[in-house]
Amino acid sequence: MAHLSLSQVGISFRRGGKTSEVLRDVNLDIAKGEFVSIIGHSGCGKSTVLNIVAGLLKASTGGVLLDGKEVNAPGPDRAVVFQNHSLLPWLTVRENVALAVDKVLKGKKSRTERAEWIEHNLALVNMMHAADKRPAEISGGMKQRVGIARALAMEPTVLLMDEPFGALDALTRAHLQDQLMEIQTRLRNTVIMITHDVDEAVLLSDRIVMMTNGPSATIGEILPVPLPRPRRRLDLVEDTTYVHARAAVLEFLYARHAKPAMAA
Amino acid sequence: MATGATLSTASRARAATKARTPLVTMASVRGVAARIVPPLVVLAGFLLLWEVLCSSPTAGLPPPSRVVTEAWDIIVDPFYDNGGTDKGLFWHISASLQRVALGFSLAVIAGVLLGTLVGQSEWAMRGLDPIFQVLRTIPPLAWLPLSLAAFRDGQPSAIFVIFITSIWPIIINTAVGIRNIPQDYRNVSAVIRLNPIEFFYKIMLPSAAPYIFTGLRIGVGLSWLAIVAAEMLIGGVGIGFFIWDAWNSSHISEIIVALVYVGLIGFVLDRLVAGVGVLVTRGTSAA
Repeated sequence: MAHLSLSQVGISFRRGGKTSEVLRDVNLDIAKGEFVSIIGHSGCGKSTVLNIVAGLLKASTGGVLLDGKEVNAPGPDRAVVFQNHSLLPWLTVRENVALAVDKVLKGKKSRTERAEWIEHNLALVNMMHAADKRPAEISGGMKQRVGIARALAMEPTVLLMDEPFGALDALTRAHLQDQLMEIQTRLRNTVIMITHDVDEAVLLSDRIVMMTNGPSATIGEILPVPLPRPRRRLDLVEDTTYVHARAAVLEFLYARHAKPAMAA
Repeated sequence: MATGATLSTASRARAATKARTPLVTMASVRGVAARIVPPLVVLAGFLLLWEVLCSSPTAGLPPPSRVVTEAWDIIVDPFYDNGGTDKGLFWHISASLQRVALGFSLAVIAGVLLGTLVGQSEWAMRGLDPIFQVLRTIPPLAWLPLSLAAFRDGQPSAIFVIFITSIWPIIINTAVGIRNIPQDYRNVSAVIRLNPIEFFYKIMLPSAAPYIFTGLRIGVGLSWLAIVAAEMLIGGVGIGFFIWDAWNSSHISEIIVALVYVGLIGFVLDRLVAGVGVLVTRGTSAA
């Protein structure tokens, strides 16, 4: 049985008597330790898929099973790295991670173990030097690293990332992608990442889930990326597997499922 | 890392400038002077005008020079106590401040809780908000007869008037602050499964703190306005009673001295709440 499985997931929103179906028949099985990214045009409901897995939204039809148990509420076993970092501005970097760790791992780890675990996770994302700063005092890339540390520190079964690097500049983004790959090599987490960046999807993923356009969006195609790990950005530029995978995603997004609104 | 390098260079540069600059510079002295001199000049001009306008013997109000000579006793000795209500200004003000402290504290607790309820629950908002909107327009003193009837005593009635006056801005601002908590923060607390009490203390209060403190500031100002009026009616020790008593004995100069105190203390109260607000909400407003 799959580690995480979405079966027949659909969701409709009702607004002012009008019902609009955003997702229909989303079926996806994810193995333990797999890195899956979901790509699609904006507005196709890819973040909605993630929010359903996170438990922040309830599916109208179908459901999500994690290790055979149905997901129906948010929980630390499915930690989320939010698009806009979502750090609490009145807490320092360390306190932000501590808030999650002290709540989630209470009873599992002693007070000193928790303190060490907080430091360990800050070190994992190279944020020890700014542990006592507040979010307003650090850069966007650093905030996102803290967001990742906070999510990882919850020891999640599945790590959910909602366009984690979407708001960052290209250089910072590349740097964080490398760090994420490095962390992933060590921890072997199961990851679902939402992205709209083709290179990011190919570089990081074991499989790329491509979504059709909404309304009633669903999975159009799933592309395996059989590149060996560890992957190095520079080596991949001319790698045939990489180039082909990239071309396949681009073809899907811009030829077969081009966004209709983009013509305007 | 590149950013780390620039950061440390910047802080070294800052440390260097700090070492070179003396503690009190000419510039900072000039800055303080620029803020203090204009109000002093205006105050002096105002006192002069007052002195000139009220210098004729037929004037209804005493000029500042006569205020000082007539009220000299209460200015130099605010601590005397001859028993009954014949006390120095310090005791009157302290009695008023105690009432405000008690009434305002109760209003803070009830106001923040009610505001949270109204901000959090759509149903509570629909049910309570219209009632609040009507009740908050009732002038503070209009509550006094009712509370005297209910409590049959001046002291709790005055405290109730303070409470009922200052609670509305606290409720309304807290509710707005709670309603403005970003969905992100709610999502974070849902993922780490904060229980409602933890959510209240760890997310709601700090997130809404800037709004709450705006309400507290308005509230403390209103309660200081209300207490003076309420004390004029209930009697006993208190700055409001002191003013009314001085009026009944035609000690106009004492009234003027008392008014100066009332104004200064109102100002201090406002600054105090604002200062606590700045301290508590450090970093909150800057996302």
